[in-house]
Amino acid sequence: MTTIDLGMPGAGTFGVPHLHEDAPPLNKKELASDMEPRWCAGCGDYSILAAVQGFLPELGLKRENIVFVSGIGCSSRFPFYMNTYGVHSIHGRAPAIATGLATARQDLSVWVVTGDGDALSIGGNHLIHAMRRNVNLKILLFNNRIYGLTKGQYSPTSELGKITKSSPYGSVDRPFNPVSLALGSEATFVARTMDTDRKHLTSVLRAAAEHRGTALVEIYQNCPIFNDGAYELLKDRDEAEARVVHLEDGQPVRVGADKLVARGDSGELTVVEAEGADMSRVVVHDAGADDPSTAFQLSRLDDPTMAHIPMGIFRNVSRPTYEDLVHAQIDDVVNAAGGSATDADLGALLMGNDTWTVAD
Amino acid sequence: MSIKPVESLDSVVIRFAGDSGDGMQLTGDRFTSETAALGNDLSTLPNYPAEIRAPQGTLLGVSSFQLHFADHHVLTPGDAPDVLVAMNPAALKANLGDLPRGATIIVNTDEFTKRNLAKVGYDVSPVEDGSLESYHLHPLRLTSLTVDALADFDLSRKDKERSKNMFALGLLSWLYTRPTTGTEQFLKNKFGSKPDILEANLAALNAGFNYGETTEDFAVTYEIAPAKMQGGAYRNIVGNTALAYGLVAAAHRSGLQLAMGAYPITPATDILHVLAKLKRFGVITMQVEDEIAGVGTAIGASYGGALGVTATSGPGVALKSEAIGLAVMLELPLVVVDVQRGGPSTGLPTKTEQSDLLQAMYGRNGESPCAIIAPQSPGDCFNAAFEAVEMATTYRTPVFVLSDGYLANGSEPWLIPDVAKLRQIDIDFTTEPNDVDANGEPVFHPYLRDPETLARPWTLPGTSGLEHVIGGIEKADITGNLSYDPDNHDKMVRLRQAKIDGIAKSLPDLVVDDPSGDAGVLILGWGSTYGPIAEAVRLARKDGINVAHAHLRHLNPFPPNLGEVLARYEQVIVPEMNLGQLSLMLRAKYLVDVQSYTQVRGLPFTSIELAAVLSKATANLSGAIR
Ligand SMILES: Cc1ncc(C[n+]2csc(CCOP(=O)(O)OP(=O)(O)O)c2C)c(N)n1
Ligand code: SF4
Ligand SMILES: [Mg+2]
Repeated sequence: MTTIDLGMPGAGTFGVPHLHEDAPPLNKKELASDMEPRWCAGCGDYSILAAVQGFLPELGLKRENIVFVSGIGCSSRFPFYMNTYGVHSIHGRAPAIATGLATARQDLSVWVVTGDGDALSIGGNHLIHAMRRNVNLKILLFNNRIYGLTKGQYSPTSELGKITKSSPYGSVDRPFNPVSLALGSEATFVARTMDTDRKHLTSVLRAAAEHRGTALVEIYQNCPIFNDGAYELLKDRDEAEARVVHLEDGQPVRVGADKLVARGDSGELTVVEAEGADMSRVVVHDAGADDPSTAFQLSRLDDPTMAHIPMGIFRNVSRPTYEDLVHAQIDDVVNAAGGSATDADLGALLMGNDTWTVAD
Repeated sequence: MSIKPVESLDSVVIRFAGDSGDGMQLTGDRFTSETAALGNDLSTLPNYPAEIRAPQGTLLGVSSFQLHFADHHVLTPGDAPDVLVAMNPAALKANLGDLPRGATIIVNTDEFTKRNLAKVGYDVSPVEDGSLESYHLHPLRLTSLTVDALADFDLSRKDKERSKNMFALGLLSWLYTRPTTGTEQFLKNKFGSKPDILEANLAALNAGFNYGETTEDFAVTYEIAPAKMQGGAYRNIVGNTALAYGLVAAAHRSGLQLAMGAYPITPATDILHVLAKLKRFGVITMQVEDEIAGVGTAIGASYGGALGVTATSGPGVALKSEAIGLAVMLELPLVVVDVQRGGPSTGLPTKTEQSDLLQAMYGRNGESPCAIIAPQSPGDCFNAAFEAVEMATTYRTPVFVLSDGYLANGSEPWLIPDVAKLRQIDIDFTTEPNDVDANGEPVFHPYLRDPETLARPWTLPGTSGLEHVIGGIEKADITGNLSYDPDNHDKMVRLRQAKIDGIAKSLPDLVVDDPSGDAGVLILGWGSTYGPIAEAVRLARKDGINVAHAHLRHLNPFPPNLGEVLARYEQVIVPEMNLGQLSLMLRAKYLVDVQSYTQVRGLPFTSIELAAVLSKATANLSGAIR
């Protein structure tokens, strides 16, 4: 049996060519393609694009080694607006295509941009399997809780009872919680952030980029045309302050200024008043916990009424990536045989073990 | 040397049949190997039950292996067995219908118990009721003979019984004067770590051989002289292995890393199995969540500059269709292997059929042309795969390799290619601007085509200065920008078609085998029907029937002279294991009234039936002088 010892996985961009340290960093402009974004006015996708373009230069990567792969949807138009390499593929399949690309090319920083329909309906299978394999992909899931491009049908994240053109009597489908789904799929990095909170969005993207392995980042994104106000509560400072469950590594999990998340008698998580709370029961966030159970419980604090909305990095653990393991197996065999296969090796393969010769 | 008289034969067809657990595939494989070593030409066909654990002793559980060997060129695994080895009543019942009167039957009577007979609906044993009178019947107590031979071994009765296939192999080896040394070596390699099992198998093999020599049951032994074959080193190979090796050889010759995305499906899975072992050659295999991911990962890998390959069967192709269309649009190299099986739906998973031709041709939305290559024999799968890689990389297009269950699992002696003579595959990635803009400044245009091949540049992420986005939305000619312009779409649809049509310029003309030069009937096949058709032509000509024969390897585009060839014959017969898919294409394209002869029984044609078709066709010729 081959043993694979990759040591501690390196940073997310380990192996991707960086700009020379003396070279000027990329600027935001250089990362914008010459195509005018064509989202509706006020669409949350604009803020996410700006945040990504604003933050990417920090990574110090060569522009040509960055690839954005998307599916189909308003959100999936994203690669067209990036002056990097990109593939605008087919509905739901971006994680599969990106898996092939990342496996073939470890020198690329591969990003997947997808929507709630793209990632969770048609492409649900690829998404969960990319996460369980821990392919080194940064998956940005733009969740507007609606099918935008096809003009407003309910999506797998739309709330029960949602009235849309395809659910005039209200949707009878129960929604997914994308974070719970990701945690259940063995994802090694799972986070939630918000289109309008540039600072938080950027900090989450930064952590995702540093993570080696699949990073699933759910981004709440407003679609002002077909699902306006889905996250309205979060835009109001006071409302947000009262509801957001702050996930900060090493810190007690706080809700607003005066509440904390604590463990109840049966192990369940509840929101309690900070004042007088039994600190031994208060949950201190540990994104690096090997066991995802607490992260999963935290993800369940989320509920359709938005009474509590956990935000931040739920989970961030180190595991070997799929492509590192794939290449380690190949390298082991190739190195043990003394280098790349030669014509003689191919000849031996074709010859096999059971040959006979016919005289001319 | 046998003390019994030796009789010479020119060709023999043997079928080993038993319960799935009886080791018939192994027995067949070993007999094949012994036969190959003797220099006979041969062809084999295994026949597996679809159920992995069909109830023991039932018709559903019968597994068989047919081998045709001769002192001359062998084109098929044989129409009908001359010899049937039946390890139980089910094996006898399932195969008896294929036997001509006068054939030899060797049955293991130990298994002809009341219970086993009842399982397959025999009230009385056919061995005893005289119903097999017109066959040469050898009722042998194979199980107890084996157990007796192993009396001194400290093994359970069950373990001893397991060696009965080796006893049968020994007996058949004696009967057809095959050496057993190769099998002995094979057993040593296989059971080296279990000396008692090894010794038992060797003893059973020997006992079977000696039994033939001593028993009065068999009066003569047979020998089959070596066939005249092209000089060189040979091995026996099954189609799936040859196909996998063709891919690896082409990757090696092109310097590309082979990256296969696949989801297991009969009868294509062995391609994945073979490639998964070849890490020595840098091969990446990704067994992914479904067929769509299989082709998706292959496309992603090709985009990154690897050789993206996916292998599947018909149902898998159906799932991959949308993504193959994406590859048509992205104009990236992609090899799609379809090992066809009986359809529709799950159909007959372990049986053969040629019914995916139209799926490969037209089974996608929009005008979405792909090149199609079909191998004609198990060994030829190597060449077809190699050529598919050349075509995919040269034209930046998906290329289908249409194999089928018959080729995939069938085997034949294979003249091992000389690696030094394998064609070089030159890949040229575009790394610099390839055009100038209106101001004369250098620019990169991802859809600027090579004037000769109409292929677009293959440019890899990581190439500085050529950053661009590709995708499934229609693109503007040359620049590759998004375009919804009607004229541009019309132009691009035609360009993509012209690129595939243009491959014909690089194809060799279709060769017609028409020795007299004045045949009125042409029989035209494609894919795995080559063997049965060629054999039928040989039979027909023996009977003085004048026919021409041609075989299509390129289904899209067709070879450049095909129309002219079709027009030359008064009648064109196209046998297919479908309802006339190639015929439909030929009629549509060349307005020729080809005669479709079809069969969808999950089995290859027999050459006898095709010879009869030829005989009838020539008799019906108008006699008009061309
Ligand atoms: C195979 C296939 N089915 C359906 C569609 C139509 N379609 C395009 S985008 C989309 C839904 C997009 O929703 P989402 O992923 O949430 O993206 P958004 O537009 O909201 O950003 C659908 C159904 C398609 N392009 N391809
Ligand atoms: S439909 Fe909604 S998601 Fe799509 S671009 Fe317009 S605002 Fe954005
Ligand atoms: Mg959406």
